[in-house]
Amino acid sequence: MHNFNYHRAADVADAAAKLAATDDPKLLAGGMTLLPTLKNRLAAPSDLIDLAAIAGLKGISVEGKEVVVRAMTPHAVVATSADVQKALPALAQLAGNIGDPAVRHRGTIGGSVANSDPAADYPAACVGLDATIVTNQRKIAADDFFQGLFETALGHGEIITEVRFQIPDRAQYMKFRHPASGYAVVGVMVAQYGSKARVAVTGAGPCVFRVAEMEAALEKSFTPASVANIKVSAEQLMGDIHCSAEYRAHLITVYARRAVEAMVG
Amino acid sequence: MGEFGIGQPVRRKEDVRLLTGGGQFTDDIDLEAQVYAAFVRSPHANAKILAIDTLAARSMEGVIAVYTGQDLVDAGMGVMVNEANYVNRSGKPMNKPSRRIMPVEQTRFVGECLAMVVADTPEQARDAAEAVEIDYDVLPAIASTARGLDKDAPHVWPEFGENLVVHWEYGDKDDVEAKLAACHTRVKVDLVNNRLIVSPMEPRCAAAEYDTASGALTVYTPSQGGRRLQMMLARGLLKMAPEKVRVISRDTGGGFGIRSKMYPETVMVAFAARTLARPVKWRGDRSETFVSDYHGRDQINVAEMGLDAHGRASVLKVETLLNVGAYLSENGVRLPMEGGGRIIPCMYDIPDFYFSVKPMFTNTICTDTYRGAGRPEANYIMERLMDAGAQALGLSREEIRRRNFITEAQMPYKTHLGFVLDSGDFDGTMQMALDAADWTGFETRRAESATRGNLRGIGLATFIEGAGSRPIEGMRMRFEANGEVTLFAGTYSHGQGHDTVYAQLVNEFLGVDFDKVTLIDGDTATSPETSNGTFGSRSSMVGGIGVKRAAEAIVAKGRKIAAHLLQTDAERVVFEGGVFRAQSSSITLAEVAAASHDAKKMPEGMALGLDESVVYENDVENFPNGAHICELEIDPETGILEILNYVAVDDCGVVLNPFIVHGQVYGGVMQGVGQALTENVVYDADGQLLSASYMDYGMPRAAHMPMIEALFNVVPAKTNELGVKGAGEAGACGAPPAILSAVGDALSRLGVSHIDMPLTPEKVWRAIQEARVVTAA
Repeated sequence: MHNFNYHRAADVADAAAKLAATDDPKLLAGGMTLLPTLKNRLAAPSDLIDLAAIAGLKGISVEGKEVVVRAMTPHAVVATSADVQKALPALAQLAGNIGDPAVRHRGTIGGSVANSDPAADYPAACVGLDATIVTNQRKIAADDFFQGLFETALGHGEIITEVRFQIPDRAQYMKFRHPASGYAVVGVMVAQYGSKARVAVTGAGPCVFRVAEMEAALEKSFTPASVANIKVSAEQLMGDIHCSAEYRAHLITVYARRAVEAMVG
Repeated sequence: MGEFGIGQPVRRKEDVRLLTGGGQFTDDIDLEAQVYAAFVRSPHANAKILAIDTLAARSMEGVIAVYTGQDLVDAGMGVMVNEANYVNRSGKPMNKPSRRIMPVEQTRFVGECLAMVVADTPEQARDAAEAVEIDYDVLPAIASTARGLDKDAPHVWPEFGENLVVHWEYGDKDDVEAKLAACHTRVKVDLVNNRLIVSPMEPRCAAAEYDTASGALTVYTPSQGGRRLQMMLARGLLKMAPEKVRVISRDTGGGFGIRSKMYPETVMVAFAARTLARPVKWRGDRSETFVSDYHGRDQINVAEMGLDAHGRASVLKVETLLNVGAYLSENGVRLPMEGGGRIIPCMYDIPDFYFSVKPMFTNTICTDTYRGAGRPEANYIMERLMDAGAQALGLSREEIRRRNFITEAQMPYKTHLGFVLDSGDFDGTMQMALDAADWTGFETRRAESATRGNLRGIGLATFIEGAGSRPIEGMRMRFEANGEVTLFAGTYSHGQGHDTVYAQLVNEFLGVDFDKVTLIDGDTATSPETSNGTFGSRSSMVGGIGVKRAAEAIVAKGRKIAAHLLQTDAERVVFEGGVFRAQSSSITLAEVAAASHDAKKMPEGMALGLDESVVYENDVENFPNGAHICELEIDPETGILEILNYVAVDDCGVVLNPFIVHGQVYGGVMQGVGQALTENVVYDADGQLLSASYMDYGMPRAAHMPMIEALFNVVPAKTNELGVKGAGEAGACGAPPAILSAVGDALSRLGVSHIDMPLTPEKVWRAIQEARVVTAA
């Protein structure tokens, strides 16, 4: 680990001021990606601005048709929240299966979303559950937020403050865990909003994406059979030493169908 | 047999200390005024070293010294040791490159140490290591075992004109091929035995201090016993008198074979401590452990077996490719011959055998011994052949094995490579496993899985091991004046529970309280001269019998003292249960021990104290064996596999402590599960290690396994007086073929005939897809 200056931000405005005032800063949320990167000397920011002390960035509320998760809320809190379990069980279940217990107690939704790891679970929840990412500057629709491999719409000095999920009629998340890392090789969130459907896939491509053909089929008929034969082209997917793009494409169909099966019982 | 004697499931006395943070691993040892080392490692698999510029690094804050390979040459340091000496049938000796501690002209694998920085703090050392500038001329590299001997493969050592180390052969190839051709049925397998990262919990570490006044060097390092390291350091590398080099391992977080080896970093830390006359410490991180600890396995085996119409095998041909890496490690090249070769064809009586072994150099870190060291590979070949034979002849898998087992009537049975199997009830052991796993009731369970759309399979593997490696070892037993016993062992407990088992033996033979026995090991200053350490599942035999014989020597001397005190003849004194008796009078061993320290009470001319050293030496090893059964279910849509039941029946002779042996079985099986399902080292074509962290290298986890049912079929070894057979490595032999047999069973109805380890979900899914395509066509 290289040396850096450590700052503990008092509130969001303070964090933003420190972001603006330092050379090459990084925001520190749960640190589940950033700290290993620093330890391996793969990054050398001049300053770390820790958001952990900002009370206003923690907590969960259900507001009308939205579940609001503030940015510094750990996965374990989302997973065990009675409010989330009641209003949006698929989100609680997704959070409860991220990484391992240590990661779930340190890792935060804001950190995960801001990182846009292609294999992270939360991006599938954001896109699949039509979320809005709220920052200290603006509101960004999840569909516009995730832009590519570790790329988001966040600008310099922008800090995520909360994520607002639209409560669906029903939803289900299914994932195939990486045997080594536990990350999603393929994770599929399927949600139904009245006559509308959303299917968001993480793990398989460079960035979370929606499968329009599956959504259209489900909007016509919300049954497992509707998606059972819809294939995603392997060309846009990732292949690596663990899973080929072709296998990932196959798994998307299987897991989408299984998610719908679980929803329609 | 008392509560703490032989065969009792005594809980491990060392565990409270280890589980409450009382362990003293090398990184827990801080030497006064120590400074820190960091290494510059090669980013290239094959490159000429044009220049190493250390100027910038030397001028950085806190930097004390920077050393390159040339500095070591200039200092007169020796080279790494390799004693293997194989010869081609043509008479040409093996290709044997000299390995410098750090290379000077060329680097041959990613992660190789090319320079060392010593600084006041670990951070300064790492910062300076990053500032060392090396100019390379990058050369083409070869990492693949399958392609290492291709004509167009780059040569790791151009001076040899080939990557082949040696072509070693046993048997008459032409004769065996002719006999194969004449057989009723021939079966052939082509198997990859995947390369593994050994993954001890403790990363590699070293600390050293040098006393200028006495010229004595002390090296702290994890190990499997320090004597060999001491001799290598002193004689070959640092060129010092062995008595001036002391190697200490207080606790070691897992050995598995690779921790018994000498590594360049250890030598460098010792060299720097001596040169600077300051204590130097280095702790490798996990990433360094991935690229610089020796790896395991990495063979390709093509094998063919000829059988008659009744399933009796008579001819075997095995052709092995072995990837030894860029250099010859201490034992890597020996493993197919002296590791696996000594037992192959394993449990089976096959009279005609041809065996070809082609070890090859590649631009990868060396391979070396890893739990089982050649025997898992050998058993894997034979078990896959037996399953193939069963399928070809329409026999059940248990029946073909039964028809080919070496029987007790044939023992002592001499194997092709000259080892003698003394005991074993192979059929009985297999039958125990079949019964425990409800083998005959399997079809009902298969049908139940099918109703859920899943493919269920059951697999069987039988195996034999060779344990007790290099059976010579010293043991010293000393009675203290208060009646407590101290053992000084050359074996070294790094997880095996020797503190417990040796105390059980002292209790068994001398009646001394279990809690009054202390084991001292892991220090060359106190271990017996004749000591080798702990590896090859040897400590139950060489250490256990050392304790027994030392106890006998204590009793022999104690009897004379007792006779003197009881005023009788030594021949009339009987020792039993910790008491010497002569007719109606008696005296306890504790009293004799106390008296032995008082010259007035001792027979004239007898040395004071009860302190006996013995050397155990045997000319044969022992042969643990077993039968494992695995039952699993496959989701054909995803290829995901779940193990539902696992039965391990082991014959490891007399069981000294079943609780500890069960632990060995569980650990070995899990490492076998890792090889079969999740673990795989992947290098790219340029020799870059892709599976270089636990994010990419899949370790087996508790969730991969149900509880293992571990049972014993005790057949005492006839060739050692405790009747023990080493238990440490058996699980790693049994699990891979048992799992492959189960997957083969689950998929055979689809027509899948071949699949290799590791059985990743994608590999299983693809096998199913391809079979369905073929079936449809």
